[in-house]
Amino acid sequence: MTTFEPSREEGENLREQLDREAEEMGYHLNPDLDFTTSLVRGLLVNERRYGYPSCPCRLASGDRDEDLDIICPCDYRDQDLNEYGACYCALYVSEEVLAGERDLSAVPERRPSPEERARAAKALSAPSGEAFSALPYPVWRCRVCGYLCARDEPPGVCPICKAKVDRFERFL
Amino acid sequence: MGFERVEGEDRGDITLYALSTCVWCHKTKKLLERLGAKFRYVYVDLLEGDERDRTLEDVKKHNPSVTFPTTVIGGDKSIVGFKEREMKEALGV
Repeated sequence: MTTFEPSREEGENLREQLDREAEEMGYHLNPDLDFTTSLVRGLLVNERRYGYPSCPCRLASGDRDEDLDIICPCDYRDQDLNEYGACYCALYVSEEVLAGERDLSAVPERRPSPEERARAAKALSAPSGEAFSALPYPVWRCRVCGYLCARDEPPGVCPICKAKVDRFERFL
Repeated sequence: MGFERVEGEDRGDITLYALSTCVWCHKTKKLLERLGAKFRYVYVDLLEGDERDRTLEDVKKHNPSVTFPTTVIGGDKSIVGFKEREMKEALGV
């Protein structure tokens, strides 16, 4: 495995970009700049290594399909923000943490095991037919932010959180 | 690749399983260094093939959800995540 060291400048540039995007969408990056820049450099390493920016604090398999749920922002961010005030790696924090009204604590891993993920994927891919066929359009759900839209195909990029098309699942 | 050793006071066998990209793993490594303990660490994301599989099996024995950092102290106690107070207690400092 070759190692890649992104420069501090590359890290800071991406951090600034993510910060702007987060604020536009009502999310907040961790205000600890050194900490956040280190995490963002981890994202750059993973982007270079695997071809996608998987969570720097989780072990990626290298298989995009298998790692889809941990591509940043991960499928678990919003639940962890609600429950713990931060996502698993603490790149994103809640309003309360940002305002200093709540302390950060370790966020336990909520990502299901590989076996559980395989079972859940199977259940989703075999939806029961009737309710589906009665709708004029299928409804797609963004796994990252929960955005729903009724159209033939999901959008290429989520208009709310900018997640790519492969983060959408058939909802109805 | 493989295990790197950090010299320090002998407080039993301490192994830190970490990811090279993980800030909490780096914090845990720095904490162990600050506490002056002798330990070994490995960046599992940089391992490949059999070595990676074997190492992941070892992590799984101590932490079935295989998350990082996992610190194994004295062969049977393990600390999952960056937990300063727990670490100090486990090392008796």
